[in-house]
Amino acid sequence: MTGRLELWLYIAQRLSAMVLAPLVLGHLITMVYAIRGGLSAAEILGRTQGSIFWMVFYGLFVIAAAVHGSIGLRVIVREMTAWRGRSLNAAAVAFCLLVLVLGFRAVGAVT
Amino acid sequence: MAQEEHSGKTLTVEVWRGREDGFFQTYTVPHQEKQTILDVVSYIQRRIDATLSYRFACRIGMCGSCAMMVNGAPRWTCRTHADKVLKDGKLRLAPLRNMPVIKDLAADMTVFFDKWQAAGGKFVPSQPGSQEFANVPPESKERKLASAGIECIGCGVCYAACDVVNWNPDYLGPAQLNRAWTLVNDIRDADRKGHLAAVAVDAGCHACHSHQNCTTYCPKSLNPTASIGGLKRATLAAALKGEI
Repeated sequence: MTGRLELWLYIAQRLSAMVLAPLVLGHLITMVYAIRGGLSAAEILGRTQGSIFWMVFYGLFVIAAAVHGSIGLRVIVREMTAWRGRSLNAAAVAFCLLVLVLGFRAVGAVT
Repeated sequence: MAQEEHSGKTLTVEVWRGREDGFFQTYTVPHQEKQTILDVVSYIQRRIDATLSYRFACRIGMCGSCAMMVNGAPRWTCRTHADKVLKDGKLRLAPLRNMPVIKDLAADMTVFFDKWQAAGGKFVPSQPGSQEFANVPPESKERKLASAGIECIGCGVCYAACDVVNWNPDYLGPAQLNRAWTLVNDIRDADRKGHLAAVAVDAGCHACHSHQNCTTYCPKSLNPTASIGGLKRATLAAALKGEI
């Protein structure tokens, strides 16, 4: 497994990108549409609170971003520094978990 | 030489001297019509400074031994006209990037060829000892894919151009992965899985960012980026099937 780690990370990176692409577009289009009449917390919460759709939408967004971002940062660190090995992998996992926790906290707060 | 008398122009040529901790030494070389970078280097070595070290053999773009950095870009010196790459009448010549320097313009290609082996660049015959010709249909998909990459002569230009090699010295490299891809598509080869396993490693084909520097600079107009893309897809399929 360890010998194929880069391959599986590559696959996870591509899959998460496929999930992210439509979500990012959906997010941007919704933002542009939603702020036409001004932006307020009440207006956002009115749309998102109690909505299963937005909970799933941003829940998936958080998972995909956490996976994609942590793998990408790990690659950048490996190319730009001499940091390798378990401590780097642990740091990447920690970053992934941090994004997941913060992300789901935000999703929970608005839906 | 008679040609020298025809032109009064000169070239200012900065040449790397020494090893890693060397310096650029400036020479003035007579300009000639259609002179190649190899002509320029040879002039310096024969007329000005016999201690200059560089590598060449065939002089006609067959052997792949004369590559070096010319004004920052990796090139075959024998097939590069000085007039086409001059910058403000100047040339700056250095040994190939991403390799240790032996001396002056000669780079140490040991790692380049070690990685060739590491990437599974060795043909594994499916019918060892066979006296028969293997029948490879010219129109088959595998033959076409192999043919697209098979003209590589191992000059190291793509390896010197590659930013991923520069950032991650363990990265197998574009020429090496291109070679592996030709073997993956060689129907005479007995170890397709072995070739895929050899490139699906830490700093293997998945480390490629598809910058396409290799493709841009390949003097044979090969496309190692496409070959590496093929390896990414083939290793993905093999991994999902549990083959590697």
